Amino acid sequence: MGEVVTPDGEWQRPLPATDEVNAAYWSAAAEGRLLIQECAECGQRQFYPRALCTHCGGEPRWLECTGRGTVHTFTVVRQMGMRPFRDDLPYVVAMVELEEGPMMMGNVTGCDPDSVRIGLPVEAYFVRAAEDVGVPMWRPAA
Amino acid sequence: MDRTPVIVGTGLSDYPKAPHLDGVQHHVQAFQRALADCGIDKAEIDGYVSAGGGGIMVDDAVTMAEYLRIDHRYVDGTMTGGSSFEFHVQHLAAAIREGLCDVALITYGSDQLSRMGRRLGTGGFQRPGSRVAGPIQYEAAYGNSLVGAYAMHAARHSHEYGTTPEQLAEIAVGVRDYAMLNTHAIYRDPITVDDVVNSRMIADPLHKLDCCAITDGGGAVIMTTADRAKDLRQPPVYVLGAAGGETHWNVSQSPDFTSCAGATAGPAAFGRAGLGPDDVDMLMFYDSFTITCLILLESIGFVGKGEGGPFVAEGNLKRGGKWPLNTDGGGLSSNHPGMRGIFLLIEAARQLRGQAGEAQVPDCQVALCAGSGGWLSCIGVAILGAEHP
Repeated sequence: MGEVVTPDGEWQRPLPATDEVNAAYWSAAAEGRLLIQECAECGQRQFYPRALCTHCGGEPRWLECTGRGTVHTFTVVRQMGMRPFRDDLPYVVAMVELEEGPMMMGNVTGCDPDSVRIGLPVEAYFVRAAEDVGVPMWRPAA
Repeated sequence: MDRTPVIVGTGLSDYPKAPHLDGVQHHVQAFQRALADCGIDKAEIDGYVSAGGGGIMVDDAVTMAEYLRIDHRYVDGTMTGGSSFEFHVQHLAAAIREGLCDVALITYGSDQLSRMGRRLGTGGFQRPGSRVAGPIQYEAAYGNSLVGAYAMHAARHSHEYGTTPEQLAEIAVGVRDYAMLNTHAIYRDPITVDDVVNSRMIADPLHKLDCCAITDGGGAVIMTTADRAKDLRQPPVYVLGAAGGETHWNVSQSPDFTSCAGATAGPAAFGRAGLGPDDVDMLMFYDSFTITCLILLESIGFVGKGEGGPFVAEGNLKRGGKWPLNTDGGGLSSNHPGMRGIFLLIEAARQLRGQAGEAQVPDCQVALCAGSGGWLSCIGVAILGAEHP
C-alpha cells in the first residue's frame, strides 16, 4: 500500500472519465494500490487498462504492483501556458518503468528537478483527486 | 495505359503569417495555386483526401469535398497527425494504380498562428477540471507538453548513445541555413550551435531553437497517372515507393524512446522503390524538433542506431553535405502550421523538378520524405523521383 495524500484545496488538474474497464484502476489508486493488467491466457502484463490483452487478444485480469520502479526517461517542463501546471514550473514528467515491467507516465516530486536522472529508483504515492479517483505520483525511493 | 502514380501539381498558400485567410481559405488558396501549377481542369479531379485537423474550423475530408465541390469516386480522411500526407501518398499511389481514381487532390490548411497563437507546443492538452476520456487520461494529470513528449525521446537517446545537445543543434543550424534562402521563411537570421544550446530551455534537453516554429499555412498536391501527366505544364514527379507504420499514438505507449516506426516504414518504402539510402539525393524530414530528424535518420536506415549524433555533427545534412535536409527551411525555420507533412512533398517536388533556385540540390533525382505524426507515433515515408521507375 502506498501513501494516499489529500491535495491542498480542490484538485485542479484534469480528472479521468472513468468507464467499466478502468474504474477499478482509478478507485484502487484512491486506496493506495497500483493496478496493472496481466493476461489470464498468455501472461503478458500491460498498462493502461484495456478490455483485451494487446498480445494475444485474451482476457486481462488485475495485478497489484509493488509501487516501485525506475525512471526510464524524463523531461523537466520549464514552459507551460496552462493552469494549474504553470504554477508548478519547473516540474518533472517521467516515464516510470515498473518493477513488474510496463511503463507509465508520472510526475517525480519531492526532489530538486535537476537531481532526477534516468535509472533513478522511485516509489509511488497517490493523490486522492476525487472520491473514486487516485492519481499515482512518484518520488525518489527511500 | 501507364498508371504509374505521379505528382503533377503543387501549391502553397500564403505563409508564415496570413491573418487575411482562415484555415479553409488556406486549403482553397493552395488548391487554386496547384491547379494553376499543372493546368489540369478542376472537373477532372475524382479523388480527394484531407486529414482535417485544422483546429476550430471544420475541414474533414467529406466537408472539404463538399466545399470545394469535388465529385469524388475515391475519398480518404486518414489522420495520423503531421505524417498524414505521406500516408495519403501511399494510399493514392495504390488507388491510382488500381483505377479507383484518375486525378486526386490532397489539401491542407491551418490558421494556427493567426487564430490560436503559439499555444501548440507548451499550451497543454486539457482544460483544468475537465474529465478526460480515452487513453490520454493516463497522461493528462501530469502536465506534459508536446515539447516534453519529444524531450523524453531526446533524453533517452542521449542516455543510451551519448547524443549531445550540440549534435542536435547542428540540425537546427543546417535547416536555418536553407531558410535564409527562402524569402517566406519565418526565421531567416543565421544561427550557430551556441545560439541553439544557449536558447531558453523549454523541456530538458530541448531548447527553444530545437523546436519548430508556429505559423499559418496550407498546401495542395495533385496526383495522377504518368499517362495523364504527359501534356501538363510541369514535369511529373514519380512516386517510387511509399509506406507507413505506427508503434503507438499517445507518447506514454511508445515502446522505444530511441526509435520509431520508420524502422519498418523506411525499409518497406525502399523495398517498393527498389532503392537504398545511397540512392537518395536529399531528405525532407518532419523537423518538429531536432531530435525528430535524428531518430528518423537512424530508424529509416541512413545511419546505424546511435550513430546519428556524430553523423550530423560532420555536416552531412547541411547544404553541400551527403543528404541535404529540409531545403525550404523546414518546420524549424520556415513554416509549421500544425501538420507539416504536405510541405515535405511540395518541397521534394520542387527539388526534383529542378526549380529550387539557390536551394537547388545538384542533379536531384531521388528525394525521401519522412513524416512523423503524433509523438514519433505514426511514420509515413514517401520516396519520390524525377525519372520514370
